[in-house]
Order: sequence, then structure tokens, then C-alpha cells
Amino acid sequence: MDLNYTDAQNEFRLTARQWLADHVPPAPLPHFDASREGFEAHRAWERTMHAGGWSVVSWPKEYGGRGLDLIEWLIFEEEYYRANAPGRVNQNGICLLAPTMMEYGTPEQKARFLPPMASGEEIWAQAWSEPQAGSDLANIRATVTQDGDTLVLNGHKIWSSRAVFADWAFGLFRTPGSERHKGMSLVFFPLGAPGVTVNPIRKMDGHVGFAELFLEDVRVPVFNRLGDAGQGWNICMATAGFERGLLLRSPARYQHAAAKLAALYQARHNDADPALAPEVAKAWMNAEAYTLAIYAMSSRLLAGGKIGAEASTNKIFWSELDIHLHQTALALLGAKAELLPEAPDATSAGTWLDGYVFSLAGPIYAGSNEIQRNIIAERMLGLPR
Amino acid sequence: MDFRFTEEQLMIAETARKLLADTCTSAQLRAMLSAGTARDATRWDALVETGLTMTMLPEDAGGLGLNEADFVLVAEAAGYAALPEPLVESAGIAAPLLASIDPANEYLATPELSLAIGHPCNPYVADADTAGALLLERDGATYLLRPDQVELRREESVDPFRRLFSVTWNPEQPISRDPGLWADAFDRGALFAAAQCAGLAQRAIDIAVEYAKTREQFGKAIGSYQAVKHLIANAQVQVEFAKPVIYAAAVTLPNRDAYSRARISHAKLAAAEAADLAVRTSMQVHGAMGYSWEVDVHFLLKRVLGLAATWGGPGLHRARVMERMQHDKLGPEHTFARAGEG
Repeated sequence: MDLNYTDAQNEFRLTARQWLADHVPPAPLPHFDASREGFEAHRAWERTMHAGGWSVVSWPKEYGGRGLDLIEWLIFEEEYYRANAPGRVNQNGICLLAPTMMEYGTPEQKARFLPPMASGEEIWAQAWSEPQAGSDLANIRATVTQDGDTLVLNGHKIWSSRAVFADWAFGLFRTPGSERHKGMSLVFFPLGAPGVTVNPIRKMDGHVGFAELFLEDVRVPVFNRLGDAGQGWNICMATAGFERGLLLRSPARYQHAAAKLAALYQARHNDADPALAPEVAKAWMNAEAYTLAIYAMSSRLLAGGKIGAEASTNKIFWSELDIHLHQTALALLGAKAELLPEAPDATSAGTWLDGYVFSLAGPIYAGSNEIQRNIIAERMLGLPR
Repeated sequence: MDFRFTEEQLMIAETARKLLADTCTSAQLRAMLSAGTARDATRWDALVETGLTMTMLPEDAGGLGLNEADFVLVAEAAGYAALPEPLVESAGIAAPLLASIDPANEYLATPELSLAIGHPCNPYVADADTAGALLLERDGATYLLRPDQVELRREESVDPFRRLFSVTWNPEQPISRDPGLWADAFDRGALFAAAQCAGLAQRAIDIAVEYAKTREQFGKAIGSYQAVKHLIANAQVQVEFAKPVIYAAAVTLPNRDAYSRARISHAKLAAAEAADLAVRTSMQVHGAMGYSWEVDVHFLLKRVLGLAATWGGPGLHRARVMERMQHDKLGPEHTFARAGEG
């Protein structure tokens, strides 16, 4: 076991640090889910990242990436959070769809979709859930039928992150009459295509980052289907697999927040309830523990290992630590905690409030924590279904 | 950067696990409980024979010259088996202390003799009566005494296999005056207590799973109910996020700085909490059986109770973590930082 970075890894860290120091916008951008303006500001940042070769660091070089391995990716993420760089508006595309496309896409599909994804020219939303298909994703009803070289999509999708302002969406559709895990296909469609209606849904935080999508005879070329007809469920489960789970929430995010929490505690502990000290320590330790676990998992994967159901422990751990960390911050802020960022007296309080509200979604999205506990119990520990 | 155990480390751990699975079974623990004994000579001899008691000793003391990262999985295996004999305290904590003072010491040359350690952080000395010698501390200095040179008073523990003693003794000739050795011993003690807790936690979960697969209520195995599944899954999550901290703490222990010490404390806190949750979960899953001596939960629960409060309780370890948070570098780029780096 060697817990030292190599010289090359240290050098890479400094290169990333320097580029970020030179390019990260000095003031925070308006939230990408809050307005078209915020969304476009984040698209411009993606373009800047792409020009510097930093937008998709873990992708192969031929698609605009740097071919970084998991450890280097962790280092990049550490520097990214250290630099207070903007949130990634195209995360659905870069971290969820792209790895799947690289595995299942044709060369033509990769050439068509990956470069504009890397540059931010095309920003992606996801369209998995439906009103009657949440945790039970196999219950989706939206359909796909083939008409020559054209696919015709119909149905009702919901909780589509980024779909209000994004350019494209990827989602699951089924052949009419098929049931459960059979007959599904993964299809891409432009959100501006004729027949697509996008209704914004206001989230807990007041932003309209969710959308409800109605598709009425939306026509897209067969080229827009990933994999074969009927392969959608298996492809989709691959997307939900470990690496995506890992890529979704890098540990640096929580370490960065924990360091800020420690600073908040230092600034406020004279006024705060002494009982909060152990909570601050716990929040920081949780972020460290998540980081060490991910370094261990990444090392196993790099050595050719496979990670299975234990990935579900990650999702539970990061989502719960995130809530606890933000609750602790709000408790330190006391009566200021409820102030919105625009309140004159808010100072840093508003950003903690935003973070707290966002953290509350963690146990729900990317597979609810109850589903993750079932996976741990059944697939990791072998309890009966 | 490669956060994986080496083949050799995994092999040593596998040796310990196999030996303990064969020689430290539930039936054997129960036989010892009935007989009122806390040391099984046959098992101890087997541990000595495999060389496990010598792993941490330097090669010039006849040992394997291995370090904490090599021993940490052995300590975990000892926890998993709820091992009564003092393998961890003797081989993992006391022997390296004595070896750092006097590698040629006669007690080290006699591997079948165990060593007991009276660390000032612990009020009682475990297994003092059966030890070949006791390492004791006064004002930072180290003393080596035979059990017949001290006065021992048994302090009965709820754990039938923890033989605790109050020790009264007179300091005469120290073998070392270096207090740093006791700081090191504390780090090893806390680290290996954490590793044992992780092993105990996993054992508690494993027996809960086995029970939940076979015990039926309302016509179904209770393990098929989500209420039971989720209890056990929650315990497993805590174990998964304690282990990497323990392993990293084992690797960086030799750094002996604020970072490595805080990580050891984090490991102890996380492992003790995970073990507490796991043993209580296991008891709940076993129902009334879990509250009885009919199943093994009670062995595990009692060992966790003792280990959680020795080698530093939560208050002390949390203070070390807070100290590091307040005075040393924080943030994502400092996960593997050490003192004195740019």
C-alpha cells in the first residue's frame, strides 16, 4: 500500500491548479437552473474549459479528453473544488451518458455526439422517470415505434434535470406491448424537436431545474438509438453502475464543504452551542472517510478489479453526510440560517442554505436510498429477495 | 498512490483468519466460558507456531520486521473471531515497545510468553496474570516487571475473556526514559482496537445475516423483510466507511505527526461507532435470542464495550481530530498531507 502521489501525479496537480487559477471566474456564476442567463454563463465556462483541454479529462484523447485514470481524475476534482470553480452544467452528458456511449455507441454516434458534448455546444438532460415509474423504473410507459429510418416517441417523462434550458435529452422508451425489463430502448432527442413540450417544475430551492416532458409523435432518426432495440434496460443499468456512481459525486466536493464548515465553526464557535463541536468533527471525518474509501475503490478498479453492489454504500454515505454537514452549518448560523443569499445580512449564510436544500434531494435521486439498502442487503450480503 | 494491500499482507491476514476460524469457534468460546478460562493453551501455541506473535518484531529480535500496515488485518481477524488471547496487545502493541528499547530482551526471545502493557490511558492491565512480563509506565519512563514482582487485583469485566487487573507496583530501574515510546504505543493501541472493532462489527453483521436467512416469521425468512434488510444494510455502510480509515491510519502511523494521529483517532471513533451499531443491530435481528447467551452476539457486544472505552475513548479521540482541524491544513488537496510538506 502506497499512499503517496507519484511525481507525475504531483506535477499534474500543479498544472491543473495553475490553469484553474488563471481561468476560474472571480465571482460565482448565477445558478444554471435559475435562469437562461445562468445556464448560458455555465455553457460559456464549459467552452473555456474545453479550449484549455479540461472539460472532459477522463475521456480518451480522441474525443477531447486527457485519458486520465481514476486517481488523476480524483486529483483534478480536488483542484477543481479547491479553486471554487463553477458547477458542471453538462454533468448528465459528461458523466452519465458519455461513458455509456463510449461502451455501446457506434463510431458514427460517438463522432456525432461526443465532441459537442465536450465543448458545451450541446448540453444534455436526462429523461428516465415517469409519473408511475420512479424507484420502479421498469414500469415506464413511454413508447418508441419504428417507421422506416425514423423512431417515433410518445409519452410523459418527469423530474428531468436540466431539461428546461438544455439542448438534448436521453431517455428510456419501450416497444408498445412490451413489459418490464424487455423491449426498452435508450433514445436521444432534441428538446426543441416538434412534438416536445417542456413544462418547468419548481424545485424546493425555487429553481426550475426540473422539467416535465410531453412527447407527441416526436420523430428522430434510428441513428439516435444507443445499442439495439430492446437493449435499453441493460445499457441503463450499466449507466447506474459503479464508475458512474463514483463520477457523480467526487469526494473533493465534500472535503471542500467540510473545510468551509471548519472555517465557519472557527468564526462562530464563541456564539454557537458547544454541542456542535462534535458535529463539526463528524462532518469533517465523514468527508475524509468517503475520500479514503473512493481512493481504495479507485485503486482496486485501476488494478483490474470490479466493484459491484458495494457502490450502493457510497450513495447512502455521501447523501447522508451531505445533509449532516449542511445541517451542522445551519445550526452554527442559528437564526441567520433561514436568510436567502440576497438578504442584506446573509453574508455566507445563503450559500449554506442553498447547499442544505440541495442536499435534501441526495437520498432521493440516483436511486433512492431505500433501493440502495435493498441492493446492499440482497446483492452484497445475500439476504433473500 | 495505490490504496491496496500487498499480496503478502493479504496472505498473513488469511493465515490468521483461517487459524482462528478453525481454533476459535463458537463452541470453543462456550467451552472456555463454562470452564471459566480466558486462555486456551493449544490455540495460543498455534498462534505462536505460525509466527503471528513475532510479526511486528524487528528482524534482529527474531521477528519478521513487519509494520502496522502488515498487522492491521491480523488485528481485524482477531476481532472477527472475538479472540480471547492477547495476540493484539502482546504482539501488536507491547512487543514492539520492548523491541524498540531492547531487541535482544529475553522475553522477546521466548515467543510463547505474552507481554502485558499497562498504558496510562487505560486504568487496568489486560491479561497481566498470564503474561511473561508487564510493561509499565511512570512519568514517561518504561519499566519491565514479572507478574510476581507486582501486586495484581482482578477487576472482573462483563467480557468473560477480558482478564483485567489493577496493578500496584514500585518503580525501580526503568529500561527507558523516552516518553515518545508510550505515545507510539498509544497510537498502535488505538489503531488495533479500531481494527478489532471493525472485525467484531463484520462478525456481528455476518451472524445477523445468517440468522435472518433461516429464521422464519409470518411464513417467510425475516431477512426478506425490508425492515430487517435496511437495519443490516445501515450497519454494513458504517463498516465500509470505517475500514479505509483504519487502513490508511495503519500506513501513515510511522509519520508520527498531527495528520497521522488524527487519522488514527478518526479510525478509532468510526470503528467503535460502527461496531456499536453492528452489535446492537445484530441483537435486534436475533430478537430475544440476541439478548440471551444462546447465540454469539453477547460475546461481540461485550468485547466492543471494552474496546470502545480503552486506548482512548471518544472524547479524547475527538479532541485529537479537532486539534488537527484547527491547526493543520484542511481541504481536498490535503487528504494525504504530512507535517513539514510545502
